[in-house]
Amino acid sequence: MLTNFKNSRPQQFSFLFIVFLLLYFLVPENENSLLWRLPPLLKDIPLLINTLLDNLMFKWLTVPVYDPDWQMYEDKPIFRIITRSIADFLLFLIIFIREIFLGGLQTIGSITGGAFKELKWLYLPAVPWTAVVIGLFILGYRLKGLGLAFIASIGFFYVSIFGQWEPTMETLSLVLVTAPICFVLGLSFGILGYLSKKVEKTLQPILNIAQTMPHFSYLVPILVLFGIGDHAGAVATIIFATPPMIRLTILGLKKISPEVVESGLMSGCNRFQLLFRVLIPTARRDILIGVNQVIMQCLAMTTIAAFIGAKGLGFNLKVALNGLKIGKAAEIGICVVIIAVVLDKLSLAWANKQKDYFANLNFYKKNLATIYFILLTTILGVIAYISAFYFEEGFNYLYLIPFGEGLTIAPILDAGVDWIWETFFYYLNIFNKFLITNVLFVMRDAYLGMPVVSTFVLVMGAGYIIGGIRSCIIVGALILFIALSEYWNRALITAYMATFAVGVSAILGIVTGSLCARNEISAKFILGVCDFFQTFPSFIYLIPVILLFGITDTSVMIAAIAYASVPATRYTVEGLRSVPSSLHDAASMSGVSNFQRWKSIELPLAFPHIMLGINQTLIFALMMIVLGALIGTEDLGQIIMGCLSRPNGAGIGLTLGIFVSFICLAADNLIRTWADERKKLLGIE
Amino acid sequence: MLKFITKIAVVASLFVFSSVAKAADPIRIPVLNWSSQIVMANVMAQVFEEMGHTAELVPAESASRYEAVRIGDLHVAHETWESTMALPFYAAMDKGGLIDAGSHNLITFEEMGVPNWVIDEGLCPGLPNWEALKSPECAANFATADSDGKGRWLEGPYEWHTDVMPNRLKGLGIDDLWTVKFAGSADALWAELKAAKAEGRGTVIFNWSPNFTDAAGFTFIDFPPYFEGCRLENGGTLETTGCGSPKGWLKKAAHIKFPITHPDAYKFYTKMSFTAPQIGLMADLVDSQGMDHAAAATEFIAQNRDLIDLWKN
Repeated sequence: MLTNFKNSRPQQFSFLFIVFLLLYFLVPENENSLLWRLPPLLKDIPLLINTLLDNLMFKWLTVPVYDPDWQMYEDKPIFRIITRSIADFLLFLIIFIREIFLGGLQTIGSITGGAFKELKWLYLPAVPWTAVVIGLFILGYRLKGLGLAFIASIGFFYVSIFGQWEPTMETLSLVLVTAPICFVLGLSFGILGYLSKKVEKTLQPILNIAQTMPHFSYLVPILVLFGIGDHAGAVATIIFATPPMIRLTILGLKKISPEVVESGLMSGCNRFQLLFRVLIPTARRDILIGVNQVIMQCLAMTTIAAFIGAKGLGFNLKVALNGLKIGKAAEIGICVVIIAVVLDKLSLAWANKQKDYFANLNFYKKNLATIYFILLTTILGVIAYISAFYFEEGFNYLYLIPFGEGLTIAPILDAGVDWIWETFFYYLNIFNKFLITNVLFVMRDAYLGMPVVSTFVLVMGAGYIIGGIRSCIIVGALILFIALSEYWNRALITAYMATFAVGVSAILGIVTGSLCARNEISAKFILGVCDFFQTFPSFIYLIPVILLFGITDTSVMIAAIAYASVPATRYTVEGLRSVPSSLHDAASMSGVSNFQRWKSIELPLAFPHIMLGINQTLIFALMMIVLGALIGTEDLGQIIMGCLSRPNGAGIGLTLGIFVSFICLAADNLIRTWADERKKLLGIE
Repeated sequence: MLKFITKIAVVASLFVFSSVAKAADPIRIPVLNWSSQIVMANVMAQVFEEMGHTAELVPAESASRYEAVRIGDLHVAHETWESTMALPFYAAMDKGGLIDAGSHNLITFEEMGVPNWVIDEGLCPGLPNWEALKSPECAANFATADSDGKGRWLEGPYEWHTDVMPNRLKGLGIDDLWTVKFAGSADALWAELKAAKAEGRGTVIFNWSPNFTDAAGFTFIDFPPYFEGCRLENGGTLETTGCGSPKGWLKKAAHIKFPITHPDAYKFYTKMSFTAPQIGLMADLVDSQGMDHAAAATEFIAQNRDLIDLWKN
């Protein structure tokens, strides 16, 4: 009996659940009882963080700096001087690239120190959009072929004729600066992590937190350290987009078999050569996925970056949403996706291009593309210059189509939203009422009525069953940190929303994923859809869901599910597709039906991978739930969002951001431990 | 190897160079996400450029921009609403670095209210007098899926006035009929207006005037008059906390060094004082006439040339 219990997970879990329920119903609701709620012993942490930040940014290690405006010396902290010069550097690069695309005076102005401000002829002219499109065509053709050439040029052609050229180029200039920085930082830290176990160990928790912390919690500190503007947007983007690059670099380098290293050493590589000529090229595949992730993440941040001063699509999106112009917002969103697709495909093609060591080309042949590009740009520039006389109403359509002067499909999209509203509102409203009164509120009350001791028993018990005493303690410590704060009730509300959203997203994702993984074409198609929704700014969902479901928890849930189903679907498809075909054949020969094969063979084999998808689903759901505070919630997100306006918001924002991150990490620990164990059992690695 | 070192050297020298050579200090003006504010920012930028300065529009967020003004990353914050932004405005002033550059020539009104069609359809007879809210039939017309049968007041984000509205319901003794829900953003308020109208359901939302909603017709509810100290958090009692909102100011904030670095621009900024119809026009040029924000600003300046010139001198 007892040994049976030791080996049976379901039995252990049911026992745990019974204990949980007993505690749930036996512990009375009493604010003074330690079993019901823990005292907020850690409530001073936000204050501590605040004081620390304040000192760092304004008080410690000051040096006197002469201020020509005040005509006196002012004490400036070294830390802020450093961050500010980083900011200036970033801004310089961003503006430099921006002025290539859009024209301007600032780059020249900053080189000459503003001496030639009056000379208008110094105004750097923009490269005409036609030339950019042709340039992309040539680049695409050169890197891969006609297909890529068409994708790249048509994408940007669309952007231009829809009158989104200016904001798109503003966003693009930000991405073209941040993405390479993320790449270099990610690669360097990845290499350091690979070389030294210690570095890897320290990096791991930092990466975990950076990837799971809601963006809004670190916006205020960035604002103070780096100042408001495009550079601050760039810093926020770098924080968010670098971690996957680091992870994938470490992963890729670790996978390299020792034979490769040995052969490198045998050929007489020094350490430097071994790294750059042998290891990194071998790990290229994973590093490339890292680049792809960097680009996706950079573009996912466009809207958030607009909160701290980044110009471009994200800002226009916010303005459009404030005016409830959903069609226009969606159009802007599509532009974000287009940049993502084009950059992603170009960078992949570039990285995959093999260098031809044996071609013996002369200068003309080698630089054919560049020559063509320069030639065409000159011609198009001349055309643009001449056409300036032709378009007399002030817009030169062959030079730069101004914002809002292009085609638009916004009325059609708006009509679509209106149609959905008129057709389905009645049913949606009934569904909404049912969901709120019978599911969401019941669930919320159940979570809020949970005594703290039963929460711990449940979470730590699950940790113990899955990963032994180690997981039990890690998970317990993470949750304890939250329980000892003043925000435990709010964390419970966040947890209830996350549970619901993850549950529904997981079911949706696994079902859709399983259906689409049946054949290659549909699998490819659904992965494309996933890419689309991962880069499509999630902000856009906020307004339509309010129109359909009002300012209620349902709206937040629908938005979260729409966003969080993406990783669940993606990982399911990938997991199922990676089941070897020989197994399929073997199964078919044993005479199983399609459904049986899916249920008993494919799903168990793909399950560890799917579980990692669920892990991502939780991260996505929490991001969206925090964003849902813009609709109106009463959870941690509401306070994180409110911190933007509070005088001492930085500390509270960071603390609560870390709480959200801890919820993710606790779940991550359980899921990962379990998935690893399953993988070992199934013999897949 | 040599190539590698050169690359590093180039990056390093760029780094040093870019931090030393800064562009001629432009006047940095925040732009938020609503039309009148963006147009006003554009008006200011165009006037400053007429005066020979360079101006830069920086996307910002309504509350956190005061910290940026305080440190000097932004020079101005030109639309500061008393009831929604006074808190971060004074917090930044307390820390030092932000100065009050005067108010606009208008009285703002910020209060709970209903769109006019709610009154026209007779969803709550007796409005705008608050006593009408005492009727249970009225409250029922304002119920939503999550309000548990009570009528719902949609208040702005919690940080705007914290517990004022829940306390007001208690003070008026109608908290058994009505409940307060905090929206997450101004966008959410406008979405609620549109959704409620489409659905034909009554809605009480927090709103202000001048605002773009004035055009479609919006009526504020008449609550018992406000007086200093009537609210619970200002030392009032449960009897007095039912008072309405005070008439408010619309201030202009500036960075403390702005008067020294750009004296003439600062002078214009303090003199600049728009009226409610003018701010309404700014919003209207964009929202109804479909103009680009910069074009709307040019149009606005053309229409108000005399005034602008007066402020410039």
